[in-house]
Amino acid sequence: MSEAERESMEFDVVIVGAGPAGLSAAIRLMQQAQAAEQELTVCVVEKGSEVGAHILSGAVIEPRALNELFPDWRDLGAPLKTAVTEDQIYLLKDADSARRIPNALAPKTMHNDGNYVASLGNLCRWLGERAEELGVEIFPGFAAAEVLYHDDGPLKGSVKGIATGDMGVTASGEQGPNYMPGMELHAKYTLFTEGCRGHLGKQLIEKFALDQDADPQHYGIGIKELWDIDPSKHQPGLVLHGAGWPLEGDTNGGFFLYHAEDNQVVVGLIIDLNYSNPWLSPFDEFQRMKHHPLFRQYLEGGKRVSYGARAITKGGFNSLPKMTMPGALLLGCDAGTLNFSKIKGTHTAMKSGMLGAEAVFEALAAGDEGSKDLTAFTDKFKSSWLYDDLFRSRNFGPAMHKFGTLLGGAFNFVDQNIFGGKIPFTLHDTRRDYAELKPASECKQIEYPKPDGKLSFDKLSSVFLSNTNHEEDQPCHLKLKDASIPLSINLPKWAEPAQRYCPAGVYEVVEDAQGKRFQINAQNCVHCKTCDIKDPSQNITWVTPEGGGGPTYPNM
Amino acid sequence: MKVLVTVKRVLDYNVKVRVKADRSDVDLANVKMALNPFCEIAVEEAIRLKEAGVATEVVVVSIGPKAVQEQIRTALALGADRGIQIETDTMPESLSVAKLLAKVVEEEQPGLVILGKQAIDSDNNQTGQMLAALTGLAQGTFASEVKVEGDEVLVTREVDGGLQTVGLKLPAIVTTDLRLNEPRYASLPNIMKAKKKPLDVKTPADLGVELRAHTELLSVEPPAERKGGIKVGSVAELVEKLKNEAKVI
Amino acid sequence: MATLIIAEHDNSTLKPATLNTVAAAAAIGGDVAVLVAGESCQAVADQAAQVAGVSKVLLADNAAYGHQLAENIAPLVAELAKTAGFDYVLAPATTTGKNLLPRVAALLDVGQLSDIVAVESADTFKRPIYAGNAIATVKSLDAIKVITVRGTAFDPVAAEGGSASVEAVTAVHDAALSRFVSEEVAKSDRPELTAARVIISGGRGMGNGENFALLEKVADKLGAAVGASRAAVDAGFVPNDMQVGQTGKIVAPDLYIAVGISGAIQHLAGMKDSKVIVAINKDEEAPIFQVADYGLVADLFDAVPELEGTL
Repeated sequence: MSEAERESMEFDVVIVGAGPAGLSAAIRLMQQAQAAEQELTVCVVEKGSEVGAHILSGAVIEPRALNELFPDWRDLGAPLKTAVTEDQIYLLKDADSARRIPNALAPKTMHNDGNYVASLGNLCRWLGERAEELGVEIFPGFAAAEVLYHDDGPLKGSVKGIATGDMGVTASGEQGPNYMPGMELHAKYTLFTEGCRGHLGKQLIEKFALDQDADPQHYGIGIKELWDIDPSKHQPGLVLHGAGWPLEGDTNGGFFLYHAEDNQVVVGLIIDLNYSNPWLSPFDEFQRMKHHPLFRQYLEGGKRVSYGARAITKGGFNSLPKMTMPGALLLGCDAGTLNFSKIKGTHTAMKSGMLGAEAVFEALAAGDEGSKDLTAFTDKFKSSWLYDDLFRSRNFGPAMHKFGTLLGGAFNFVDQNIFGGKIPFTLHDTRRDYAELKPASECKQIEYPKPDGKLSFDKLSSVFLSNTNHEEDQPCHLKLKDASIPLSINLPKWAEPAQRYCPAGVYEVVEDAQGKRFQINAQNCVHCKTCDIKDPSQNITWVTPEGGGGPTYPNM
Repeated sequence: MKVLVTVKRVLDYNVKVRVKADRSDVDLANVKMALNPFCEIAVEEAIRLKEAGVATEVVVVSIGPKAVQEQIRTALALGADRGIQIETDTMPESLSVAKLLAKVVEEEQPGLVILGKQAIDSDNNQTGQMLAALTGLAQGTFASEVKVEGDEVLVTREVDGGLQTVGLKLPAIVTTDLRLNEPRYASLPNIMKAKKKPLDVKTPADLGVELRAHTELLSVEPPAERKGGIKVGSVAELVEKLKNEAKVI
Repeated sequence: MATLIIAEHDNSTLKPATLNTVAAAAAIGGDVAVLVAGESCQAVADQAAQVAGVSKVLLADNAAYGHQLAENIAPLVAELAKTAGFDYVLAPATTTGKNLLPRVAALLDVGQLSDIVAVESADTFKRPIYAGNAIATVKSLDAIKVITVRGTAFDPVAAEGGSASVEAVTAVHDAALSRFVSEEVAKSDRPELTAARVIISGGRGMGNGENFALLEKVADKLGAAVGASRAAVDAGFVPNDMQVGQTGKIVAPDLYIAVGISGAIQHLAGMKDSKVIVAINKDEEAPIFQVADYGLVADLFDAVPELEGTL
């Protein structure tokens, strides 16, 4: 698409991604504008078919940021209905046994008094409605496909806005019968809140070298299911966390099982993406984990309702890039504001969005014409509770990586409970996740049990429950820099791990009469971004498919 | 000529249906709702008629709670000119919908009414035909081609085993099948403009229609899981079973 | 109780779908009359009189009814239902039945039940909703129950063995609203996927697009449509309009033959309502066998040509 053919629209602020950070920013912008009785045009583009369609989180939500955004959120009907009633923490020793860790020995950050078991998707749907009431233009089904920069004059090189992707392009790249060119959305400031490993955020980090003073970013993959369970086993507000079996060796991770409302539980497993064994399949680890009696006691006799997966930015404080650049801010998980010691990113993402909104509004209200590097944001961030929250848990992830789950856990207990996160030194984890993968020949192959169709399932029937769909006739949105690498390098060296790390069965090495082929089933993609992160050759680039494609998560 | 198009808000076709635990209905809480795909085709056809100079105005109507305004706005973003919402607490049955629509037809006097052939939730495939009966107009159901010629509309219908073309005296009722057209996407500027297009809200009482139940939904259950049958040892045995046991060839 | 069934026919032969509808009427109970409305369709009436369980055939033979135009036939049916005291009006859920019956129901000021798959009692029926992903049990509150019947859900009654009387109906309704222009019977023996009575589909096991010719040969013999699994479409073997299970391509033929298809749930969701499912796959463990009525563990490149030869 040549830019000459594209139409453009002007806004004061364009926000990319209707997640907790983006919607909180939009709402805060409008609240300030209304308080100051000023006109402000704010637009949010969202690649999901509706707000919430692509949102997946645990979630136990700390309401701190929501309290600030809407002090009366309870009266307004926010969908945080199930207060946490009990925390239980377990170390799974093997396939049959578990040890409960006394709460007094668990890091304080793992305690959930005052928090809520909720669906982040539903919270976002609610935030979306509030934002629209305040006059925000939300455009679901429109993917921000590229960053636009001012290309001349004094603003040269600053972010000018974004362009949405073309619609109706065929698989071969031609204009189909219902072709509609993308649209340029120009703004004084553009806020990037795409969530973990946003594909534009990734470009911005590189272009503006936002991470030059930060440790490498670290990621996890979270896989989650929603279950209807036997009402007699349901304890609303009961929250289980833990680690151990089935993960072994240098594979770190942790599980969760939350009792939500309406006889539903959510169960999930997060695996750090710095694991080294290319034979590991996060999906299959999760499936077999559910057979442990700790999970079986609740899930047996129940029915799985939904499935999904999403990468998590978990490097925390040490990996946090610079969040400002000329004309734009990088916020929420797009930057990496998740607090991994709490396994929570909602309150921090929301707060980062609100701080970004405040910095932007103050600048605009003072007559700023846009396109500046809003260093005022950095000051606000540093003096906020968000900074404190992240600083205190800066050692949590690195300790786990360095010392493993047990010793790292002990370190974290001392750090969080005795020093309150302010132990006077900082641990760093300086290796990229993808570089940790060892050659397949040096690693133990893992034999995963066959799914039983009751507690455990195969990948395709799982993806089915994510309601994932992409318009069939469109270019593949998983780009290979070099199409030969999967078979020439990844297969011999790492047994092409994409076949296993992808939780949606997108990647396959297929053998037929013509020989081996690397097949990409792009239609299955649940937009988790794991391939973009973990491919050991860094050969896969995730780009936005046609707007509206991807999962349609209900209540996730 | 004015064209009236109807739209229904339904569960998005990508979303898997889940029956409520108490089997009273399907669970629609927090799931994505969308414009019924057949209605989307109806809207597209009406807009094409306008672009071709056949239609002068496209009026879109929907029935249901306030949320259906979202689908009306979608149709307006695609190019319809104005909307009418008939506000009801729940989604009425086909005959009630047809009675409400008949009143709208009486008020608006369209030259053509285009409806989806069925909604993908209730799968009834009734409303267009019922509306035709109540208004005393001709009906062209399951249309794969619509051509207005003089005081007649030629409708090519997808019937079992082929295509049938009928000529209908205008005004007439048309219901759409999948292959009639490929709907366009709404553009961002049009979505914004749609928010400012007129949308009237009426009640069944305004139209003088009393809604009456003709059916009662007793329960909803998931379909029975299919069980595996037998393994046959050879092609010959397979053909024999299909001929003599299953009697399908 | 008395039921009026609208015969499905082409003015010369009674279509088998009528026999399934008679079976549904038998499940309800009471007298069964069949209306044959058409033009020069005496032969159809004679055939209907032979159908087991039919006590009376009403023959409305007039040019106005020749092309099954609903504008003309609906008033006839509504009048018969009212004046002759029928409690039920049934038609097959074919495009003809679906076109006609709602118009009849509205003329009678009653609701209509579409596509019933089971008769629970005299006023309660089961019908699929959400493309068969849920089954609703619905009670009719109307005095006259107007119903379309899904043929595959009821085994047909015998076409012979009955001896009903044939009565002429002289009432002529010509609404003069619509006219028949032309008809184009599907030219090839290859019907549309969604309308086909038999479908043969290939999966990734086909190996490449050229091998789909093997399926086409079988399809030609059976008058079947050729479909494909998503895996085969994703592998680039065939275009995506052949994909069973995609938008609008939920199929429910009488016979579905899955060849080299493993049976991923997306595919099963698109065809699980088929009456009879056959699976041919060399992998004994393939999930498709869990839903197949007849499974053949064999190399498709041997089995499919042999199947073609046997038919």
